[in-house]
Amino acid sequence: MLRYLGARLGQALLILVGISMITFALIYLLPGDPVRQIAGRSATPETVESIRRQLGLDLPLWQQYLRYVGGLVQGDLGRSYQQKTEVATLIASRLPATLLLLAGAITVELLIGLSAGILAAARRGSALDRAVMVASFTAVSAPQFVVGILLLYVFAVQLGWFPIGGYGSFAHLVLPALTLGLLGGGWYARVTRSSMIDVLRQDYIVTARAKGAGRARVLLVHALRNAALPVIAMIGLDIGLFMSGAVVVESVFGWPGIGQLAWQAIQRIDTPIIVGVTLVAAVAIILGNLLADLVAPWVDPRIRLRR
Amino acid sequence: MPLLEIDGLTLAFRGAEGELPVVEGLSLSLEAGQVLGLVGESGCGKSVTARSIMRLLDSPPAVYRDGAIRFEGRDLLRLDETAMRALRGGRIGMIFQEPMTSLNPTFTVGFQIDEALRLHTDLSRPARRARARELLARTGVGAPDRRLAQYPFELSGGLRQRVMIAMAIACDPRLLIADEPTTALDVTVQAQILELLLELRARTGMALLLITHDLGVVAETCDEVAVMYAGTIVEQAPAERLFAAPRHPYTAALLASIPQLRPGVRRLPSIPGTVPAPGLRPPGCAFVDRCTRRLERCTSDRPALRVEAEHGVACWNPVP
Repeated sequence: MLRYLGARLGQALLILVGISMITFALIYLLPGDPVRQIAGRSATPETVESIRRQLGLDLPLWQQYLRYVGGLVQGDLGRSYQQKTEVATLIASRLPATLLLLAGAITVELLIGLSAGILAAARRGSALDRAVMVASFTAVSAPQFVVGILLLYVFAVQLGWFPIGGYGSFAHLVLPALTLGLLGGGWYARVTRSSMIDVLRQDYIVTARAKGAGRARVLLVHALRNAALPVIAMIGLDIGLFMSGAVVVESVFGWPGIGQLAWQAIQRIDTPIIVGVTLVAAVAIILGNLLADLVAPWVDPRIRLRR
Repeated sequence: MPLLEIDGLTLAFRGAEGELPVVEGLSLSLEAGQVLGLVGESGCGKSVTARSIMRLLDSPPAVYRDGAIRFEGRDLLRLDETAMRALRGGRIGMIFQEPMTSLNPTFTVGFQIDEALRLHTDLSRPARRARARELLARTGVGAPDRRLAQYPFELSGGLRQRVMIAMAIACDPRLLIADEPTTALDVTVQAQILELLLELRARTGMALLLITHDLGVVAETCDEVAVMYAGTIVEQAPAERLFAAPRHPYTAALLASIPQLRPGVRRLPSIPGTVPAPGLRPPGCAFVDRCTRRLERCTSDRPALRVEAEHGVACWNPVP
């Protein structure tokens, strides 16, 4: 178990170093000289040079990289060109909205995906199974803005059950979370179904039935735990995905998450924010996967106890 | 009244190309406390018959066409799912061929034994725990407390089969169905498991339906033997009598094909031909193509099982 944890953590650390290198390179590859931007058009070559020295941009590349990583470790992601604010502060201010949407979306995905997937697998080949397959296929191929606008129109504009957009209460969360959850739930349903079908063929399922376990117990206790690993891996992926912002859904519902921040920064070519969000997204993807890896041995003891 | 009586069971699997008859007019009976061996080659329908008693076959594809399975006087084919569930793991226990895959890999041994007790008794948690410990001790598992906390993949094949048995007998069943319980085990472990089953039978008076393709296992353990061929019973008799004087040509050929260590014998004797697959069985006796005592009517008329002095045989021209 310790070796398993060590290996996972080591991997995560290695990937983090790789990411820091890529984002560092990104700053250099993106168009625009930061010194010129700060100094302005009319600055003399001497001023430009002094600012360059001040920022340490005259140092050899490896030293600049070390300074950059040193800053990252302390939570320094640089300053926005446009807003002159710390990038870290900007991202932190968007974090609550992003985390809320993430939690809401994954909850909806699990509710829809697990129940549809389990039912479809339990009645494999039935009309219900076919309906789930068609619905999940439709869901995974539907564009987010179409579903988002549709939900908005029906439930906010026509029925008036939920606010049209914005952020601040549970009612605000429902439609955006539902949009992401419905679409993502299609994947969950498919993965759950195929994983469950595989497990339901196993000998120990017959044993459970021969013991007198009822249908629900066989499905939810004996089968689900064995079928859960792929679903847990998907949750890990989704955490990373949603942390980098759900750009389309955030735009449709005016949700002040990281996706909006990134989208605005891209439009204004505000490099520090773009790089900062990229970094946060990359870290979130690593953490999401790490989390899934940590939960996996708890669900399947074979991983925990394997030497 | 026999404990278990199967009467003319006929069952088919529904597939894309229509129904495939798997079990055809199978009859057998088992008295309380008796050990009955159900013998036959792979694919003859032994396991399907065993699972039918427990009603573990999904329907569809399985379709019960005819017959009855009476257990303690009740026809199991007419019971609803709730009544069946109470019997499974309660009055009837079952163990399987593959102890490696028959236990759930993600739950501890303790959880899996406890579940059998929780489903069928009102025992308190500590009482169930004590009972689980006692069951492991009774099935010859040392260090029960440690075993209860372990997962199946941490145990050897023999230990897993003992755990399976402990689980199956948790609620004192009157009938234990053992479907090839020793096939996947080493020979020495095989003997231990068979011994354990007989010991449990002697102690609790439960009947044992032992399904196997191994005549050696049958000879060592069974009071009564039923020989199955192509979906039906061709001969049933007390074990000693069957081994001494088999009447069906198939049984006789089967006994003759047991390998024996004798100088000069270079080839293993075997029955020429193969078992006809379900759907390709002839209208008459299914053994007709491989039979040395074949008569003309064997091709067209199927012989029924006729019992004379506790010895049943389904053949038009039995060995005298």
